Amino acid sequence: MSVSVIGGPKRESDLKIPGTEVRKIEKDLYEVFIGPQHPGSGHMRIIIRVDGDVIVEADPDMGYVHRTMEKLGEIRQYIKNIPLFERMAIQDACNVTVPYVLALEKILDIEPPQRAKYLRSLLCEINRIAAHLYGFGIFGVFIGHSTMYMWAFADREVMVELAEKLTGARLTHSYPIPGGARRDMPQDFPQAARKAARYMRRRLEEYRKIFLDNPVMKARMEGVGYIPKKLAAELGVVGPVARASGIKYDARYNDPYDAYDEVDFEIPVFEEGDALARAWVKVEEIKQSLRIIEQAVDWLESHTSEAPIHDKFWAKSPPLWKKVFEKEGRVKLLPMMATMKIPPGKAFARGETARGEIVYYVESTGDSIPYRVRIVSPSARNAIVFKYVVPGHRVMDLPTIYGSIDYFPPEADR
Amino acid sequence: MVEGLRFMKLSEEMVRVVIEKVKKELGDLVKSVEEGKGYISIKVPLNRLREAAVKLKNMGFDHVKSLTVTDYKKKGVFEVMYMASSYLDEELSRIIVSLTVEIDRNNPRMPSLSDIWTSVEFQEREVYEFFGIHFEGHPDLRPLLLVPDIADLKPLTKDFIVKEEPIFKS
Amino acid sequence: MAIEGVKAKEQGKVYVGNLDETAKRAKQLLIGRLKLGKAVDWATSFSLWPVHLTTSCCGCEFAAAWSPRFDGEQFGALPWVGPRQTNLIIIEGTVTRKMACAVKVTWDQMPAPKFAIAMGACALDGGIFYNSYNIVRPWEIIPIDVYIPGCPPRPESVARAIVDLQRSIRSKGIASKWVEEGVRPDKPLVAPKQDVCSWWRG
Repeated sequence: MSVSVIGGPKRESDLKIPGTEVRKIEKDLYEVFIGPQHPGSGHMRIIIRVDGDVIVEADPDMGYVHRTMEKLGEIRQYIKNIPLFERMAIQDACNVTVPYVLALEKILDIEPPQRAKYLRSLLCEINRIAAHLYGFGIFGVFIGHSTMYMWAFADREVMVELAEKLTGARLTHSYPIPGGARRDMPQDFPQAARKAARYMRRRLEEYRKIFLDNPVMKARMEGVGYIPKKLAAELGVVGPVARASGIKYDARYNDPYDAYDEVDFEIPVFEEGDALARAWVKVEEIKQSLRIIEQAVDWLESHTSEAPIHDKFWAKSPPLWKKVFEKEGRVKLLPMMATMKIPPGKAFARGETARGEIVYYVESTGDSIPYRVRIVSPSARNAIVFKYVVPGHRVMDLPTIYGSIDYFPPEADR
Repeated sequence: MVEGLRFMKLSEEMVRVVIEKVKKELGDLVKSVEEGKGYISIKVPLNRLREAAVKLKNMGFDHVKSLTVTDYKKKGVFEVMYMASSYLDEELSRIIVSLTVEIDRNNPRMPSLSDIWTSVEFQEREVYEFFGIHFEGHPDLRPLLLVPDIADLKPLTKDFIVKEEPIFKS
Repeated sequence: MAIEGVKAKEQGKVYVGNLDETAKRAKQLLIGRLKLGKAVDWATSFSLWPVHLTTSCCGCEFAAAWSPRFDGEQFGALPWVGPRQTNLIIIEGTVTRKMACAVKVTWDQMPAPKFAIAMGACALDGGIFYNSYNIVRPWEIIPIDVYIPGCPPRPESVARAIVDLQRSIRSKGIASKWVEEGVRPDKPLVAPKQDVCSWWRG
């Protein structure tokens, strides 16, 4: 093409102003950067390429909350790692630390007393409900249903209060320790727990009316982010995402730990595999968790109170510790735990958090600090969904998928 | 909703059955099969890793839970463990097998298994940035979590030392 | 403009208020009665809109602070999406090296007068991650007005921090001085020692 402008520049190259060159591309593909500052929970960037408004490629850019837990775990004492790993998902604190403690117990070759097992499971289920409600609230914000955020966060306070009553902290409980738990149940806890369970059941029915059976919400969720069973197994997704796709897998069932082999509950599994099914799995799981809470409280009430910690540690503890337990029902952190040396060995443990299965690999060389701790959190495993499931959807379906897999970046990045 | 399932703790018998199965299936590929705490360790030589992975996948171990790498500085090796399990086979889902290879610490290269197990793709990227292990044949080997100048330090190797305030030393 | 408005009114087509008259009345109302600066401070202190940038896990309690039980909206603060429409940033916990760039970019986009609250022990001085290789202290990147200790702080303390900030805006006249002079009189601007966005350009 020749350019001829009278009295103007004669050559084509003269027309170019530096920095304004127009680059030709093959197809109408545009790159859109979403995040890390975006409505919803934030902390993550997704780079998508769109053709029109259909996503053809998605690249999750993680690591905005990578706080180097695996490395810090290698230089801290075993007991100090519990509060450290808890920061991965503070609204799900007990669930993410229990498998670490299980791994240590496997190396130590001890089994916590029955009471400690029930106490841990009790807090785990309270945490699970709170985390699911948190997920619901964020999901509501994502797809423009502010009422769901308000309701879920208001009801989450009930569970947080319950956990506070049991452990003394709203979110960061640091409850499980190798060989037991930190505190016995307070006297007035069973009534509060039963009341909360009754309240929660009633509320779940209202959630169904306003959110899950709401025709507007159904239209946004149904068929969105469909993951077939085979693909789900191939991608290795976990938790409600896997169970919504028809995979019968729950670490509480497939590798029972704590009191889960004694209490009676069901694992809800759905076959649809879309965002709506994922929301339903969470609701059904809350119902089952309420059942476990009631059973655990019944068991704890009908059995006499004893220190919820293994005899190996408790027998050696100073008399003051026993006095504190009798008076307050609190197991003061044992002095021997601070410098506790774990015999050499490797152990692998898994547990089910609200978002799915978390696995820990702990290697000890006989020192008071671990040689290696490997953590793979549920959100880290679910992140692969963005790459393989999102393409093919429209841009406005992305928040629905993001919200429905309940991705929590601090947990994913560790 | 699918009906409630039966809860059962893992027994030694079940582990033994799977170990026998693995031994039969992999045959001469394996160096050793041991029962660890919470997993079954299968050691294979590096040049037969892919073969073993394909056979495990055909057995029903359809996803990888964790790609665990440990740095043994004194021995001069990285131990790479692919902790695989099953979703679709209920019996195998109770078991975790770790496909273990040792690679040279100074020349960390190994074949990628992300075309066999898609679930390992992001974890291989993670290992690449933290340990500098180069996975040959990986479709998209870039750092995942870290910014480039920190990824260059290879933070999870034992060469990288984090300062600790000397408040309490045992 | 006013004449045009009157003309149009005479023709019976459009209603335009008599601006001259309105300005005269407003002048009478405001001059000598209320200092405009005070009005600016008062208005700013009750419209602190935090931006939706969740840097870390303290976001759980941050979200709970705006839930029905703690009701952060009663202080005139509501988390909002776009940085261009907000004037408060709450750093929720740890800021990693990757996130530092996002914090800086978001802060630069917000219109003045703007304020910052650092929430949680990690935002103070690293907290439990004090020796991590991947974190930066938020005060190295942006000037912080109020620090909230705790790991994580309770939602009440978030509310407390907002009330504290409102008080200091009114008593020190921060917002009005900022509008007048274009700079913060009481706090120097922070220039990051390291280039936080180097990884992104490279």
